[in-house]
This record gives sequence, structure tokens and C-alpha cells, in this order.
Amino acid sequence: MNKISKTTTARALALSALLGVAGAAQAQISGNVIRIGIITDMSSVYADIDGPGAVEAMRMAVDEVGGAVNGKKIEILSADHQNKADVAATKAREWFDQQGLDMLIGGTNSGTGLSMATVAAEKKKPFLVVGAATSALTGAQCTPYTVHWAYDTVALAKGTGNAVVKAGGKTWFFLTADYAFGSALQADTTAVLTAAGGTVVGSVRHPLGASDFSSYMLQAQSSKAQILGLANASGDTINSIKAAKEFGVTKTMKLAGLLVFINDIHSLGLDTTQNMYLTDSWYWNRDAEARAWARKFFDKMKRMPSSLQAADYSATKQYLAAVKATGTDDADKVLAYLHKAKINDVFAKGGYIRPDGRMVHDMYLMQVKAPAESTEPWDYYKVVDTFKGESAWTSKAETKCPLWK
Amino acid sequence: MTEIFGIPIQAFLGQLLLGLVNGSFYALLSLGLAVIFGLLGIINFTHGALYMIGAYIAWLSLEKLGLNYWWALLVAPLVVGALGIAIERGLLRVLYKLDPLYGLLLTFGLALIFEGVFRDQFGVSGQQYQVPALLRGSTDLGFMTLPNYRAWVVVASLAVCLGTWFLIEKTSLGATLRAGTENPRLVQGFGINVPMMITLTYAAGAGLAALAGVLAAPVIQITPLMGSNLIIVVFAVVVIGGMGSILGSIVTGLVLGMVEGLTKVFYPEASNIVVFVIMAVVLMFRPAGLFGKEA
Amino acid sequence: MSVVGAVGPSARMARIGRMAWAAGLLFLILAPFIGVYPIFLMKAMCYAMFACAFNLLLGYTGLLSFGHAAFMGSAAYATGWLVRSAHWSPEAGIVAGPLVAAALGLVVGLIAIRRQGIYFAMITLAMAQMIYFICLQAPFTGGEDGLQGVPRGTLFGVLPLDSDLTMYFVVLAVFVAVFLGIVRIVHSPYGQVLKAIRENEPRAISLGYAVNRYKLLAFVLSTAIAGLGGSMKTMVLGFATLSDVHWSLSGEVILMALLGGLGTFAGPAIGAMIIIGLQDFLADRVGSWVTVIIGAIFVFCVLLFRRGIVGELQVWLRRRLAKNG
Repeated sequence: MNKISKTTTARALALSALLGVAGAAQAQISGNVIRIGIITDMSSVYADIDGPGAVEAMRMAVDEVGGAVNGKKIEILSADHQNKADVAATKAREWFDQQGLDMLIGGTNSGTGLSMATVAAEKKKPFLVVGAATSALTGAQCTPYTVHWAYDTVALAKGTGNAVVKAGGKTWFFLTADYAFGSALQADTTAVLTAAGGTVVGSVRHPLGASDFSSYMLQAQSSKAQILGLANASGDTINSIKAAKEFGVTKTMKLAGLLVFINDIHSLGLDTTQNMYLTDSWYWNRDAEARAWARKFFDKMKRMPSSLQAADYSATKQYLAAVKATGTDDADKVLAYLHKAKINDVFAKGGYIRPDGRMVHDMYLMQVKAPAESTEPWDYYKVVDTFKGESAWTSKAETKCPLWK
Repeated sequence: MTEIFGIPIQAFLGQLLLGLVNGSFYALLSLGLAVIFGLLGIINFTHGALYMIGAYIAWLSLEKLGLNYWWALLVAPLVVGALGIAIERGLLRVLYKLDPLYGLLLTFGLALIFEGVFRDQFGVSGQQYQVPALLRGSTDLGFMTLPNYRAWVVVASLAVCLGTWFLIEKTSLGATLRAGTENPRLVQGFGINVPMMITLTYAAGAGLAALAGVLAAPVIQITPLMGSNLIIVVFAVVVIGGMGSILGSIVTGLVLGMVEGLTKVFYPEASNIVVFVIMAVVLMFRPAGLFGKEA
Repeated sequence: MSVVGAVGPSARMARIGRMAWAAGLLFLILAPFIGVYPIFLMKAMCYAMFACAFNLLLGYTGLLSFGHAAFMGSAAYATGWLVRSAHWSPEAGIVAGPLVAAALGLVVGLIAIRRQGIYFAMITLAMAQMIYFICLQAPFTGGEDGLQGVPRGTLFGVLPLDSDLTMYFVVLAVFVAVFLGIVRIVHSPYGQVLKAIRENEPRAISLGYAVNRYKLLAFVLSTAIAGLGGSMKTMVLGFATLSDVHWSLSGEVILMALLGGLGTFAGPAIGAMIIIGLQDFLADRVGSWVTVIIGAIFVFCVLLFRRGIVGELQVWLRRRLAKNG
């Protein structure tokens, strides 16, 4: 009889322990700690452009203020959302509920950005989006708590679309990744380039993560367009560019990469990517200040920072400055301060936050250098044009955000 | 310019040829899986990971040992074949008496492990591997420009496929293999070491996967995820062809390549799943696949 | 030791079983009050329902489906859309989801049921991939962004579900009901026929049973319950995404059932909780090693732990009771 009771109790306890371990953290409300967190892709296709480098960038900002603000220690949390919107939203919710998170930085992938924005708005905490590109974050899905820090699809479209048409690329063929983001990018760019006098002679949508682009290259060539617009990202962009070179597309057409980061160029090499146009929010070799900061980053991460990583640093730095100035980590007060502040740091000069949550700053049209023009590793771009302030983003007339009417 | 189905005939031929190129690659890729299932009855989910490892070995042997592509074609299958021996001897052997489900689950778990380890080591951005000097450049065929490397892929894949088929179906070694897996005890009675034969067969299947990996390395990004993207397509090819049949996989691979190529022209968004539509249709009318033998 | 019904080890096993259930249920009822994060447990219970549904098909009927995620996911999307965009009440949405899943299950089942073994599995995979494609293309699902912003609403017009605590007990009630339902199905005469089919299908046919119809019903039931798990998950978390219909989830549910114990009742639920817990717990800490660990668990289970946690516990317990007379 004793043995049976013991067994039962043991089983029940084991069950509880198992579930308890698998479950939870004890609820801790932020008292004397400022907690900032980032949820981004740490291990998959976007890990290099944001990922662990983003955490390092945040750490650099925290170290600059000495690890504490107004006597409160700063703690950085990070998690991998594996490009899944549900993982991102659940982790964000858990951090707000259980860990007393004060501010969330949004990583790559628009789907995760949107889902986290919903959670942050519900919990009434600041959400500074860096990695996600969708302009819906400051458009139809804007909230008082979302700030879109680095770039968005409209800026990319306005930048590359306009500039390429002006440089003579009037006829376009789009190679688009078949998902919401790709379609949005194609649609935004189409609007811009037709307004500038260009035409779209054809397009093809490929499944996300397609391994072979040879067929699409053939279709692009037979369209006889001047420009091949790549409305896709990361691995798909890299494979498209490789195939373009392989099938001689680059001999007759110019490539316009609508979403390209310096890590992609590094992966492909200048030989394959030279002369390609792209729009980005920051380049490490842009000026002396950026260079200095980038070298510090390089010492730790052994690669140059992408524009997203610089933006992560900037967002963290500005948030901490706001906390210091207002003397509190209360979300509404801090956001009110940020909305009135001027953003001047390594990432942005003369930046400011609009009522729709958009952080307005300059964007750059860049062209990839030829191998002969590059003077050192990672020296890949020449800045061809600068889009100052408001010209790069959605205008008030175009906006769908109910907060900015 | 004449048109066919609404696109110029030149473009159509070009797409068909590209489909053939991809199809021959699918055929080679599914060969290893077909060999292992056809002869051993094991559903080898690790196949995709072994293909990925083959590509990485090609890249690593260039980076670390300076061995070029042609050496890699030899080295990668040997190394992965040795890995296959270890897997079969150490892990799979235990499961032969059980439901084939367990073999499948084991190989699935192994695939996850390999992928995770490579992902941790090498990251996901992928590595670059150049087309070997001999095969660079392209040839103008009139209706399209075909990169020479792609032509090589067709030739090499078809050669290996037909060679393997011939070996298994038409030679006495193949006959012994087939007999040994159908009735091991009897064949063992003839003095043939059946367990070793089985191990070597698994190793050969693994080696074939690695060979496909080396062939793929110059044209697609070498990433730890490259195998898992393809594995269910390869599976579908083997099932459609008939799980006992080597010829079935080869033919299906080629046909699929071409059907997929045409889908990319007319309804490209669906090009990833057209293989499953074909599979569902085929299995409804021929339950054991096109060339398969019903159990 | 009580005299009533206490004859041999099997009766004692049954008593131990019941006490374990009671302990488990007690823990689940008390959990939110002792500091366990309710959202995590709710998510785990939804996946537990999914795993139990899968187990009904594989463990009790012997049918391996490679595409079961498609049913969980399509119900998740259906409920999400109906509650968010068509403004249905939560209870109507939760009922509609499983019905959608069952309808899909009927279609897939009719096509697949005549095939055996691996061919059956591959047809389910093929159909699941097509369902994935439809979910990817259909505008209402939001594609890669997912279907977001599903409100929790008010249950039956009287119980507001916004509070995590209230939602928790609703989910718990559904979970317990599903669980008892599965126990009922397995122990019913219908369940006995399923068991006979799993153990020796030709014999069952020769005994005159319309085997395909039994299997089809099991398939549809399993997809409906999987759908219920999906619908509840949408209500808890407020969104449905492509992960819910992706084939890797189909692989994970096999692992959940295997790890917990195929053919047991508690097994899949426990397996689900462990896997969900691992993914959650490890995501911040070890990143890409989660895949390796899950793979290692697969390998370990298949080689050394085929009966799963509950299965091994049962065998061990039976042995100990037999020894002690």
C-alpha cells in the first residue's frame, strides 16, 4: 500500500515538475531595471543582416551610457523568432507579461513585425521596428506605440524606382517573390516608376525559396526590358543575381535590387553584382563618424554592420536618451519625448518621428562598385544620390494611417 | 515568329530545355533514395542532409585543402559514403525487424541533427562555389544561350543514372544485390555476406546524394537548408515513379523537370507544388506509382 | 488495501492511472495561480489536442498521416477569419473551425483511404501541400504575414474572454472534454473495431467489417479534433499563420505522439507539452541547437524509447506490481 501511494505521488510530482519546468518564469515586474528586448531572426535567412549583430549593436549603445540610466541598470533580452509570426508574438507577449519588458525592438520579416506591433499596442509599450520593411506598419496598421525606424518598402521603391528611370532605365521586368511583401514591393515600385515615365513590360512571380531561377531568367530576357527589378529578398535575391550572371542577363539588362543589404553583396562578390542599383538607409563608409563606429562593430563581429544593425544601435541609444531626459520608463512619456526629439547620431542626421510613427531621415541611392574601384574589403558602394527627409517616404496625402489625418 | 500556347516557340523550346536540365538533376538526386528504398526498404529521410553535406565537402575541400571540383566529385561521395556506413551499421541495423515507420523517423531525426550542426557551424547565408574553369561560359543554341555548366549537369546526371540502372538491373552484381535483399537467408547460404552488402548499398545511396550535392554546388547557394527544401520533392519523385523502381525515378525526375519548367511559364507561383498534384493524381490511378510493383 | 475490484495488477494499474489523472488535472487547475504562464499552458493544451487527435489515427487505428498540420491550420484560419472579418461570436467560430477541418478531412480521406502504408501517408502529404499552397495564395489568410488581430470576444454573450485567466479555464474545459471524448471513442465498440483493424486488417475484412468506412470515420474524427486544437489556438493567441499548415508541424506532431507514447491516452498530451516547452524554453538560449536537440530526441526515441514516456512508465509499473504480488 505504501509503495503504491509513493508511486502515485511520485508520478504526480514528476508530472508537475515536468510541466513546471517546461512552463514558466516567475512573474517579475520591472522595478529598478530597464529591460529592452529584440526579437529577430537569429539563425535563418536574415541572421546576418540583423540577428546576433543587432544584439551587439544594442550592447554598444548600452555600454556608451555606462550600462545604466538614472541609476537603473539596463538589461538586454534577445530571442529568435525563426521567421515565424506566432513565435514572435508569443515571445513578445511573454516578455511584456512575465519579464517586465519596457521596450521592444522589432527584427526582420514583415509578418513578425506586424504581429509584434499588435501585441505592443495591446500592452501599451514602445515598439521600435528596425528590420521589418512593410510600410503598413506606419500605414493601415499604425499604432501610437509603433515607431518605424530604419526603412520601408515605400522608401525603397521611391529610391530605386525613381533613380533608375532617371538614369535611363525606362522599361522594367519584375522578378517577384510570391508573398505579400514581394507583391507590395512590386506594387510600390510600379507606382513610382510609372509616375516617373517608365513602363513595366512584364513580370513573373516565383515561389518563395525557389532553388532554380533559370526559367525566370529566360522569361526576363525575352521581355527585352532594360531593367530587371528584383522584388525579393535574401537567399532568393542572391540566387536570382547568380542566375542572372550565369545566363548572361547582366549583359543585356541592368539589375535593380529592391531589397539588398551589404551582406548579400559580400556573399556574391563584386564581380557578379557590379553596377547594380539599390537603396539603403545607411552605409558604413558614408562618413568618418560611421566609419569609426563600424570599425568598433567589426572588431567584435568580424564583419561590417548592415544598415539594420546601425539602426538597432540608433533606436536603443535614442530610447535610453529619452528615458534619461524624462526620468522614467513610462511608455507614454518616453514616446511623447521621442516624438518631439531630433534624432542625431551615427545612423541618422536631422531625423524626427512623424505622427504616423515613421522616423524620417535621409535615404541613399547606391550603386555597387566594380572590383577595380573597391579599395578595401566591404568597400562596395558609391553613393549616387541622397533623398533628403520627407521626399523618401509616404506623404501625408498618400497615408492610410488614421493617426495622421 | 511563331507562337505556341501564346509564347514564342523559341522561348518555349528554351523552357523545355531548361526543364530537361532540371529534370536530369532531379533524376540523379532521387536515384540515391530510390536505390535505398528499392533494395533495402528504408525510407531514407536523411537523403537531403547527405546531399547538403556533399556540397559542403566540395566547398570545404576547396577552401581548406585546395582540391578542385573534379577531385570533389570523387572525394565527397567517398566521405559521405563512409558516413552512410556508420549510420547503417550503428543506427539503422537495429530497426530492420520493426515497422518501417521507425526507420523513417530515425532518418528524419538524423537529418535535423545534421542540419542543425551545419547551421551552427556555417550560418545560413550560404557559401559561394565557382563553376570550374573548364565549364565556364555558355553556348548560343539559337533559341537560347545555355551555360556550359548546365549542359554538363545533364550529361553527368544521365550518365550516372543510366549507369546505376544498368548496374542494378542488368549485371550479376545487381542481381545478387536484389536477391540478397529479397531473401537474405538464402543468399547468405551461398556464402555471400549479406549484411555487408546491405551496408554498402546504403553507402552507395548516400554517395549518390553527395554526388548530386557537388553537381549542385556551383549553381545554387550552399546552405544547410538546401537539402530540406528539396527532400519532399525528391520523395514525391520516388513515390510517383514507384518505390521499387530505379527506372521509375529516373523517368519521373525528367518528366517532372519538364512539367515544372512549363508551369514556371504559365503559372509560376505553383511550380513548387505541381509535383504534389502529379503525385496525388498518379497515386489515385496507379497506387504503386508508375513503374512500381504493388506490395 | 481496499477489497472492491482489487484483484490483480491491472486493477491496481487502473487505480494508479486514475490517481495520476486527478493529480494532473489538479495541477492544471492550480497552475495559473502558482506562477505558470497561462498563455504557454493554453498553447500547450491546443497542441496536446492536436497530438491526441493524431494519436487516435496512428496509435489506435494504425494510419500514419504525413499532412495532419493542414487540418489544424485550416481550422485555425477558418476560425480566425470568421471571428475577425465576419464578426462571428467566439463559440460559433470554435465550432466552425473543426467542421471545416472535418470537411477537408473527408475529401482527403476519401482519396487516400484505399491505399496502404507509405502510399497513404504520401497522399496525405500531397494533399496537405496543396492545402498549404491554397493558404499561401488565398488573400484572406494574409499569406506570409498571417491572419492577425483576431479578437477574443465574449463567450455566449456573457463571458468576456479578454482576461487570460478566464480564457485559460475555457481552454482547460475544452481540453478535458476532448480528452474524455477520445477515451470514450477508444473504449466504445467502434474503438474496438479500430483496434482490430490496426492489428490485423485482412482478418477484420474477413469478419465482414466495412473496414474502409471505419478508417474513414476515424480519419475525419481525427481531423476534426486536430481542427479544434487549431481553432482554440487562434482564439488564444489572436492569429493564424502559415506555420500552422506547414509540413514541419506535421513532422513535429509525429514526434510529440512518439515521445509521449503512441497508443496511450496521456502520452501525446505530455509529448506535446514537452516539445512546446522545449521550443519555448530553448529559443532564447540556444538558437539553432533547438533543431539538433529535437532531432536527437527523435533518434533517441526511435532507438531506445519506442514506447514513449507513458508507455515506458506503464511497462515499468506493471513489472513492479507483478513483482510485488
